[in-house]
Formats: sequence, C-alpha cells, structure tokens
Amino acid sequence: MRGALKLGWRYLAYHRFKTAVLVAAVTLMIFLPAATRLLVTDSAAALTARAAATPLLVGARGSELELVLNALYFHAERPPEIPHAVFEAVRGSGLAEAIPLYTRFQSRGSPIVGTSLDYFTFRGLELAEGRLMGLLGECVIGAGVARRHGVGAGGSLVSSPETVFDLAGVYPLKMKVTGVLEPAGTPDDEAVFVDLRTAWVIHGLGHGHQDLEQAGARGAVLSRSEESITANASLVQYNEITPDNVREFHFHGDTSGFPLSAVIAVPQDEKSGTLLRGRYRDEGVQEQLVVPYAVLGDLLETVFTVQNYVVLGLVMLSLATIAVITLVFLLSQQLRRGEFFTLRRMGASRGFIALLVASEITFVFAGSLLLAAVMTWVVRAYATKFLLELVTF
Amino acid sequence: MAGVRISGLHFRYPGARGFGMRIDALEVPAGECVAIVGPSGSGKTTLLSLVAGILLPDPGEVRIGDQAISRLSDSDRRRFRIDRIGQVFQAFELLNYLTVAENVLLPRLIDPAAGPLTEARQRAAELLADVGLTAKADERPDRLSHGERQRVAVCRAMLNRPGLILADEPTGNLDQVNKQTVVDLLIRQAQTHGSTLLMVTHDRSLLAAFGRVIDFSELARTEGFAPEAGS
Repeated sequence: MRGALKLGWRYLAYHRFKTAVLVAAVTLMIFLPAATRLLVTDSAAALTARAAATPLLVGARGSELELVLNALYFHAERPPEIPHAVFEAVRGSGLAEAIPLYTRFQSRGSPIVGTSLDYFTFRGLELAEGRLMGLLGECVIGAGVARRHGVGAGGSLVSSPETVFDLAGVYPLKMKVTGVLEPAGTPDDEAVFVDLRTAWVIHGLGHGHQDLEQAGARGAVLSRSEESITANASLVQYNEITPDNVREFHFHGDTSGFPLSAVIAVPQDEKSGTLLRGRYRDEGVQEQLVVPYAVLGDLLETVFTVQNYVVLGLVMLSLATIAVITLVFLLSQQLRRGEFFTLRRMGASRGFIALLVASEITFVFAGSLLLAAVMTWVVRAYATKFLLELVTF
Repeated sequence: MAGVRISGLHFRYPGARGFGMRIDALEVPAGECVAIVGPSGSGKTTLLSLVAGILLPDPGEVRIGDQAISRLSDSDRRRFRIDRIGQVFQAFELLNYLTVAENVLLPRLIDPAAGPLTEARQRAAELLADVGLTAKADERPDRLSHGERQRVAVCRAMLNRPGLILADEPTGNLDQVNKQTVVDLLIRQAQTHGSTLLMVTHDRSLLAAFGRVIDFSELARTEGFAPEAGS
C-alpha cells in the first residue's frame, strides 16, 4: 500500500500543472455550493438573530423593510420620521418599554444613533473602556468605529454635515467620546451612540450661543423688546459642547414634535404586545407597528428561494465537472496503459494498480476538500460580515 | 541460481488461426548466458512471457530451478516473478515521474510484502555505482541518454538478485556502442550474481559474448502465430 501511495503521490507531483487544474476544478466544485449555502445561512442567522431580539418596532407608515433595516442595522436609507410624541405614547401606554431611535446623521461614514441609555441594556452592550454618555455632546462608540478611526475614550468625533452647500444648514458638532463598547459582532460595532437630545442638537433643533445679556455679546444685539432679543449674524454659535458652554444650549419649541426614526417597543408580555399592536392597526394612525422578525422572514424567504436556484445551478455545474474529471481520469488511464502493463509484467497485482489510481484520486479529492474547507472558513470569517454590510447599508 | 527447463510446451493466442507455438524441449542450465535469435514476429517475446509466467502454456510445463511456474497460483506466480526473475525491456519502461534511484527500487515498491526499504536503497545505490550512474540517481529518466536509461533498467532487473534474467531485445533502441555496453553489462551482472540470462535479439553482431545461441526457428514450430504476437 505504501508503494502505491508513493507512486500515486509522485505521479501527481510530476504532473503538477495537470494536478493543479484538477484540484482547482474539484475545489470549486465543492466550495461554490457549500460556501453559497453557508454564507446565506450565516447571514440569515445574523440578520434574524437581531430581528428576533427586537420584539416590536414603531415607525412611520411606509416600507416595513426600510423601517426594520434602518432601526436594526442603521441602514442609510431613512424611513420618514415620526414625532417624539409617539415614543411618549408607547411609554405612557404602560404596555411596553420604549426605546427611541434617531439615526439621521453620520460621523465619517458611521451612523450616529440618538437613543437613550436603555438601548445599551436592551442590546446587552458592554463597555470596553470609559463610561456611557452622560452630558449633552458626549458619545459612546462601537468597537469597529474605534478601530477604524483610531479613537478611544477621551477623543472626539465630528458629525458630518448633510450638505456643504447649505450655509444655513446644520453645523457639524464636535462630540466627546466617553466610552468604547466591547465588540458585539453586530451593527452596533459600527455606530456612534449619542443621547437623543445631542442628535437633536446636530439637527439644529437645539443650539448654544453667547448669552446676549452678557456685556461681551452686546454688539450682537440687533433689536430688543420686552419679550425677546434679536441677534445679528455676529452672534457666536457653539459647535462643541463643553462644561463651560453646556448651560447655553437650549431647545426651541415643543420636544414632543421633535423627530425620531423609530421606537423599539419591548412589551411586558405577549398580551401587552398584542394590545399594543392592536392600537396601530387603525387606518387613522399615522404610524405603523411591525414585528421585525416577520418582516425579515419575508425578505429571507425570497433570499432562500434565490439561493436554492443558485445552489441547484451550481450542483448541475458540479455534476458536469465530475463528468469532465471522470473523462480526464479515464483518458489518463488510457495513456498510462503501457506503464500499468509494465508494472503488471514486473509482478504488480491488479489490486496494486487499482490502489495506485485510487490513491491519486484520493489525493486530488483530499487536497481539494482541504482547500475548499480553508476557503469556506475564510469566506465565513470575512464574507458574512461583508454580505451583512451589503444588505444593511 | 535457476536454470530453465521447458517441456511439451504449446501456446496459442485466442483467435489465432493455426496451432500457435510448440516447443518440445529446451533446457538452459543455471548460470548460462543464452541468446535467442530469430526474425521479428516469430514468437520470441511470447516465449519470454511464458518463461516469466505472464502467459501460461496449454499444455506443457515451464520450470525455473525446481519450480514449475505454470503450476503456481496467480499471486504466487507474481511473487515468484518479483523475487526470482529480473526483466529488461526493449523500450526501457522506466517511469519518468520517479527518480533513477526510485526506478531501480520499483520491484520493491510494487511488492506489498516487501520488507523495509533501507536495505533495498543500499542495494540500488550499489547497482547504480556499478554502472557508473551514482551522479544521476536523483535525475528523472527522461533526462538520461538511451544508453543510460537501459543501464538503469538493468539495475532495476538486478535489484532482487534474481536467479533468472529475461531481456527482451534490450538493445533494440540503442546505437552500436551502447548495444555492446548493455550486453556486456547484462552478462557481467549475470555472471557476478550467478544468474541465468535469456536474451532475445535479432542483432547477430552481439552474439559473440554469449555462451550459447539458440535459433528460435529451430527451437519452436509456429503456425498462425498471429493476433497479439509482438515479435
């Protein structure tokens, strides 16, 4: 047996180009269907795990999928906004815990998520360093953001302006990083978390500027009446919130009308959830309540159907490849008839010749299997995340 | 040492029209170097195949030493061939995917019952040194000249110290100088190891070195010796 294995190995090594082509063909034959299936399954599992952990979601009427992708994966496509009053209504209903989300803005490509501290408890997010945000203008960043931008607790990030051409638009806000989260393997790793009010400051709904009553700001007063003071353009507006100027920041108007992207609703129990869902069935209600798991289930059903067709096609291709490889082996045996005849004349048994051929086939398939396994491992390690980003961003 | 004795041998290929080949008697004493000459297609290669036990007579007997090879089972005949018979072929029949040294080791590699290779490696090295090919031990056969290849083939045949060497036109692909070198080498190896040598050739210029020359047309009667006969 050892002799047959040695001859088989030497034959493959000598014809290394032919062997490499065979190994490549068999590797792809194994790898493509396996990787496709695993990739889709892994991605689906990652998607559904987050959806399953998010019981209910309240958002503006419209695309359910867009709402879910934005609220769960901070997808760049934004659904229409809802007023903060919706959050207050869910919280006030006593049926569910409510967590607000406002995901309109970004910082250097990372989504800024305006939320409450409840979000961190709800998602089970742990701090790797620093502390959670406590003051206006502070932020906590995901592990991916910290790694990508080389920022840690004590550093700062600046919100990205929505358009550089709008002079009257929202000014970038410099945010102080107070903490970095442990890697979670979820979209939270790539997000910048701020208090909801900080997100509103970025929006321009809240702002800070010189106190017009102070002596240094008198030159900025355009007009003064008993009810109000009007400032001119020389008034200094703050684009960073510090302990010195935090008291100057304020909001104008009723916060119940301020915008949110969605509200995560975590019902007390099944009955509470059912009651809450009932409240949003009414056609007159401006918002919709969705079950993220069900919404993603519909999406994944389509994905799996497409995947099945793709895998079926790949299996057909694999069968064709097997046929070609079989043909190559048979032709190779024909060409080697003289060699086998010599071995037989010298005293080799038919079993030895069969073992020799079998060892060559085994080496090719074992090598291919190993290579396919390594490639699949690499794809699972890296491509699943890539695919998730592709789907969710 | 193994002499060859053939008696009442009759062989016919399936589908042949005539009676095939008949050899009433042939005796080659142990240690003798014999050349068998005859025209191409007359049955010389078939005779060597019968002696090697690759083909079986029907009826008749081929004895090598005290062993009637035609009475052995298939597996015993194979083992007998590996252990006791060294074969040299016209077209060298070396495997290009093995090195020269590994080609010499081939009889041990194809024998599942063979023991450790260490001793065989030592023997292969000695044989290659004996034919002046030590420096080429790690080369591939396709990089050697024809004369060198046939010397490697002779080494391979001698690995198991066979009692009988069967050489089927081993000089057919060589120039005159190499022909004589290979014949001298075969005879020297046979004499050194006390082996019996049966060499088929139709080159009469090589016969002087042999102790006996047998004219195949006088040895055997053939008729309709056709379909698969090589020579």
